[in-house]
Amino acid sequence: MAQVRLEHITKVFGDGAEAATAVDDVSLEIPDHEFMILLGPSGCGKSTLLRMVAGLEDPTEGDVFIDDVRVNDVEPKLRDVAMVFQSYALYPHKTVARNIEFPLKVRGIGKAERAAEAQRAAEVLGLGPYLGRKPGQLSGGQRQRVALARAIVRRPAVFLMDEPLSNLDAKLRGDTRAELVDLHRRLDSTFLYVTHDQVEAMTMGTRVAVINQGRLEQVGAPQEVYDRPASVFVAQFIGTPPMNIIPGGLLGDGSVRLGVRPEHLRLDTGDGATGAGGGRVQATVRQVEHLGHEVLVLAHGNGDDGLALTARLPPEPGLPGAGDVVEFAFADRHVHRFDAASGERLP
Amino acid sequence: MKRRLRDVPPALAMLVPSMALLAVWTVYPLVMAFINGTKSCDSTGRRCNDVGWQQFSNVWQSREFQHALGVSLKLAAMTVPAGLILGVGLAVLADKHLRGIGFFRTAFSSTVATSVAVASLVWFVLLQPEIGVLSDLFHEWIPSLKQPGLLRDPGTALPAVALSSVWAGLGFTFIVITAGLQGIPRDLYESAYVDGAGSWRRFTNVTLPMLSPSILFITVVLTTRALQTYAEVSLLTGGGPNPEKSTTTIPYLIYGRNSVIQNNLGLKSAAAVLLFVISLVFAIVQFRGFEKRVQYAR
Repeated sequence: MAQVRLEHITKVFGDGAEAATAVDDVSLEIPDHEFMILLGPSGCGKSTLLRMVAGLEDPTEGDVFIDDVRVNDVEPKLRDVAMVFQSYALYPHKTVARNIEFPLKVRGIGKAERAAEAQRAAEVLGLGPYLGRKPGQLSGGQRQRVALARAIVRRPAVFLMDEPLSNLDAKLRGDTRAELVDLHRRLDSTFLYVTHDQVEAMTMGTRVAVINQGRLEQVGAPQEVYDRPASVFVAQFIGTPPMNIIPGGLLGDGSVRLGVRPEHLRLDTGDGATGAGGGRVQATVRQVEHLGHEVLVLAHGNGDDGLALTARLPPEPGLPGAGDVVEFAFADRHVHRFDAASGERLP
Repeated sequence: MKRRLRDVPPALAMLVPSMALLAVWTVYPLVMAFINGTKSCDSTGRRCNDVGWQQFSNVWQSREFQHALGVSLKLAAMTVPAGLILGVGLAVLADKHLRGIGFFRTAFSSTVATSVAVASLVWFVLLQPEIGVLSDLFHEWIPSLKQPGLLRDPGTALPAVALSSVWAGLGFTFIVITAGLQGIPRDLYESAYVDGAGSWRRFTNVTLPMLSPSILFITVVLTTRALQTYAEVSLLTGGGPNPEKSTTTIPYLIYGRNSVIQNNLGLKSAAAVLLFVISLVFAIVQFRGFEKRVQYAR
């Protein structure tokens, strides 16, 4: 239904000595029907980017296009977008039905049609029984659904969501993730979704745009971003526990940094069974965390370079204990190489 | 339970100071007003005889009280809506993040630091027919500013008192409403904006409902204050112009130097008790009436 294109977007807040660049020359194309995730730590500029698509902020430089129409100077209501806020932004004095109807009322749609559309949107999200209640009488999850219903009621071309799940508890968040993916499939429209939670990014997005300090670090399918992170930042931001970064100097090449995911570190028992062609690092175990299905071994390097390592191991006998000196080994095909200075991925 | 009982003596000890203050300054005068209201006294106030509760109904039915009640209600009808609309309007205007807005916020809230006496004096001078600035500036459009003067014309004296009263109360309203505005989450405005609501719709759908607790509070306070108006009347008009007594409010009937009952303790007390009951009824009606529509939850 709609495609969103950002061209060289820069946003600077304040001026003079207090100027702060929130978004720095970001170009991004979100094709029709895509579920695009804007992922980054708090303060990275992802919400600002979303707000510029919504029309709540004006870009300092660059252009926003929706369906090839430049919308920089177009009011939000004419952009055909709907936004879901982190706080849900429900009107506490209106009933659920009135909340959902509000975007239609603003557009001058008649009472009967409004009620029917609100009813339909409420049904989609299982809110039928709550139409007469006020938001204050609903649980967090129900409120979140009302906010979603208010967004879908108008059938907008683009959905903008600003961390809509961050106020839910872990269980509900998991359920709602799946529902949002389902909703995206049913509505068949374009989603632009901001989050700092890499699990949400991995599980929901058709593509992920990783943003750091206002700059776009990498855009790609979730698995692709996980498998081939474009920078040390992306490598460490996606995946829990984060990727281990080992100074190349340890292995004889100071111009690179090596990245190895915790699941790719193996304990070298000294019998040569770990195979050749990779690398080895000696470390002292700091802590062992038993998670049931796996064990996390946290260790620090034996040099004075502050190297910290985490290994994900199967819960088998023969695991080291705190204080043990161990040797971790990893295969060459699991090694990511980054430029030591810029942090960018080396081919 | 045992622990609760043990807490009682220290709790009482800590309550004693405020209870003593309340007893001496509020409960005792209130009770005395009721008791005195049943008495008929001579001009010295020493010799009194009991005339019973009948006196309250006599005072209520008297021409003087009914007239003063009418004046008080008219004053409230002028000052409460005007004060509310102006206060909300100014607060909304000043709630913008503009350079130099701090100056206007200070100016709009400044009357809170101005006593009613000073405010009345300011308006007395402004409206003075011979030397008043307003009289000089606008007498061509409003001739009564000069002849006989707004405060001396029976038709305009009460609105003029109301004007001074609204001005003096504006700072308080402004501060309360400004605080209320700052408690409204920005998200609500942004959500309404993205959904296509223009500024008037955002005002009626977000600002007003979210301000409803502050508006109810201000309405009750302004009404009570209007019914208790004394200082403005005393300083601006002395209850006149006469013989119409156009600005003789109930408090002025009770305390005023030109009042017909100024030496009669019994009648004054009865009128004061009636004023108390009237104020109470207004407050209850306002709370009941608004209760359902006031949005306290976030």
